[in-house]
Amino acid sequence: METKNIMIVGVGGQGSLLASKLLGRLLLTQGYDIKVSEVHGMSQRGGSVVTYVRFGDKVYSPIIDKGEADYIVSFELLEAARWTEYLKPGGTIVTNTQQINPMPVITGAASYPEDLVAKMEAKGLKVDAIDALKLAEEAGSPKAVNIVLMGRLSKCFDLPLEDWMTAIEHSVPEKFLELNKKAFTLGRNA
Amino acid sequence: MKTLMLGNEAVARGLYEAGCSFVSSYPGTPSTEVTEAAAKYPEIYAEWAPNEKVAMESAFGAALAGHRSFCGMKHVGLNVAADPLFTISYTGVNAGMVIVVADDAGMHSSQNEQDSRHYAKASKIPMLEPADSAEALAFAKLGYELSERFDTPVLLKMCTRVSHSQSVVETSDRVDPPAKPYEKNGPKYIMMPGNAKRRHPVVEQRTADLIAWAETAEINRMEDGSDHKIGIITGSTSYQYVKEVCGDRFPVLKLGMVWPLPEKKIRDFAATVDHLLVVEELDGFIEEHCRNLGLALSGKDYFSCIDELSQNIVAEKLGLPVPAGTALDEPIPPRPPVMCAGCPHRGLFYTLKKNKLTVMGDIGCYTLGAVAPLAAMDATICMGASISGLHGFLKSGGDSKNTVAVIGDSTFMHSGMTGLVNVAYNESNATVIILDNSITGMTGHQQNPTTGYNLKGDPATKIDLETLCHAIGIRRVRVVDPYNLAECNQAVQEELAADEPSVIISRRPCALLKTVKHGKPLFVEEDKCKECGMCMKIGCPAISMIGGKAKIDNTLCTGCGVCRQLCKFDALQLPKED
Repeated sequence: METKNIMIVGVGGQGSLLASKLLGRLLLTQGYDIKVSEVHGMSQRGGSVVTYVRFGDKVYSPIIDKGEADYIVSFELLEAARWTEYLKPGGTIVTNTQQINPMPVITGAASYPEDLVAKMEAKGLKVDAIDALKLAEEAGSPKAVNIVLMGRLSKCFDLPLEDWMTAIEHSVPEKFLELNKKAFTLGRNA
Repeated sequence: MKTLMLGNEAVARGLYEAGCSFVSSYPGTPSTEVTEAAAKYPEIYAEWAPNEKVAMESAFGAALAGHRSFCGMKHVGLNVAADPLFTISYTGVNAGMVIVVADDAGMHSSQNEQDSRHYAKASKIPMLEPADSAEALAFAKLGYELSERFDTPVLLKMCTRVSHSQSVVETSDRVDPPAKPYEKNGPKYIMMPGNAKRRHPVVEQRTADLIAWAETAEINRMEDGSDHKIGIITGSTSYQYVKEVCGDRFPVLKLGMVWPLPEKKIRDFAATVDHLLVVEELDGFIEEHCRNLGLALSGKDYFSCIDELSQNIVAEKLGLPVPAGTALDEPIPPRPPVMCAGCPHRGLFYTLKKNKLTVMGDIGCYTLGAVAPLAAMDATICMGASISGLHGFLKSGGDSKNTVAVIGDSTFMHSGMTGLVNVAYNESNATVIILDNSITGMTGHQQNPTTGYNLKGDPATKIDLETLCHAIGIRRVRVVDPYNLAECNQAVQEELAADEPSVIISRRPCALLKTVKHGKPLFVEEDKCKECGMCMKIGCPAISMIGGKAKIDNTLCTGCGVCRQLCKFDALQLPKED
């Protein structure tokens, strides 16, 4: 199988490492070669963060370059807009509509662009936008945004639902398991 | 068993499987997780040393005592440990010793982009360079074999993309290497001139032997291609980019050992292709070696020595199709890293900014104090340079009433305290602020000698900063709470006014620590908010002023109350008691 590329983007602290861990576990059980890359350190402090997930018969590069991503999963709307150039023609952006203001917007040095979903669609990009924060709160915690979006992403792949659930069981602490399963289901069915 | 591991975790697994039993390191992105993962194996004794020099010397001692040992660090950490490195090269080891150095091309979390391969050549120590997690595991084990066979420490060079990428590895069981009891051997281990003169030729012979090994080593492998117009010499993550773009089209010589480099193998490879190309990140290290062999080739004339490479860069330089995507027309505001909501450094940096001070900075989360709106920093060089830099600044006409040094607790233990010794001994009127957040923050919460816990999480001797500063010879030592702006302001002004050196310890634990209890979020009484913007001066990500009035994001606010002390109109309120 040709290598598939998923980029997970968001704001440092939103839980992209857990999401990539979950995807890694899931894809390993499907027998693929996999690479998952992330950057630790300074950029994590509230900055823009990116994780690359690649899988197929044989994966070489650990990163995804411009024009290569089959899917961009964004935990925050501005971050989806930031990385559109990495989407492969015909690829899909799955994004949270939640807005988190970056420091230049907070200080008034820049403004948060309006109507980003419409602007992305006007460029011919396929965008699947959901209010993942609302669904996460409905599931029991605003921190479950990452799992809501994994639920949404799961619709894009023909993989058994029980394998996704097993991957969740192996990735989150026992006491938050039910909450996360609910978050996943809400995202998948939204 | 097949499992997915970070490159760094795979190195740790390799240490475990090779029977390593001693690990001493100082944290540094992107190397930190090697040591954290190694500490999870009960068979391995693992510790955080106060700095990389101490770590390397300790690892040498462990190898001398007869146990396979390890130390790990980031590229700039090897500068700190360079002193023992160059001489351990002469003594060799007893049991095997492996040293990880992790470079950060692209400077994701570093102050420079140095290429550590030069250290291997300069110190005459072999260096292995894995290209993924499976190789990271295998090369860590091979490192111990080479170390003991050739009586040398072995460098294992990682980079951000190998350290922080997970890929599939197959694990196996731990072996218990035969014991190598310590035997006294002065001529080998006492590096005074007479002995060292006899060791240097041994080192040169060792390099010759290692070159012979490199000529036939499986880790320097040729992969044939269908099109011999170009032949590519590469390694590490650059190899992955080349294979991603070219597949099996061009022949590739993949080098797993980057020092010493083979000669015949490279010449033989060059002879099979029309044009030789070296693809490597940062400096033209392999390229220079090939040029010294008299080979014609391309390398840094195509690939920059600045920043990381990627598959699209390789495709573009080879004249192959480059994928492209669609960017939006309007500019997207950047999202730089910021001090977290509730960060204890914020109140202190606000005080420095308010007093318009010149600030000698250091390495840690608090380097973010350089960023607007706080923007209270003048220089940042390396670990410990704040205090020693301030000393020289003051001795050369800098204003002691207007200049301070800021340094974190872990950085102070690493190499700040020697600078403070210089301040006391050579008598500069320095004001040094130790930002004690009770953890090593930037690298992801590692214990250090001031926290009272060791790497394994067990209680440990806690170095008392106040006592230490007094013992160094600083009489004026005081502690402030950075959440209390009035207290910070008074302390800074009084210590700057004093006619002798002083230390202010700004003490409050990192707000991200699990043990730190947060207060309830503040709220804004909108009638009282006069839209003056004072609360925005501290650059807290939890406060914004969109549409005029201040607004608090209650998912981020930790209730630290620093903003409240700035509001002259009492608009920022503590939550009402239930």
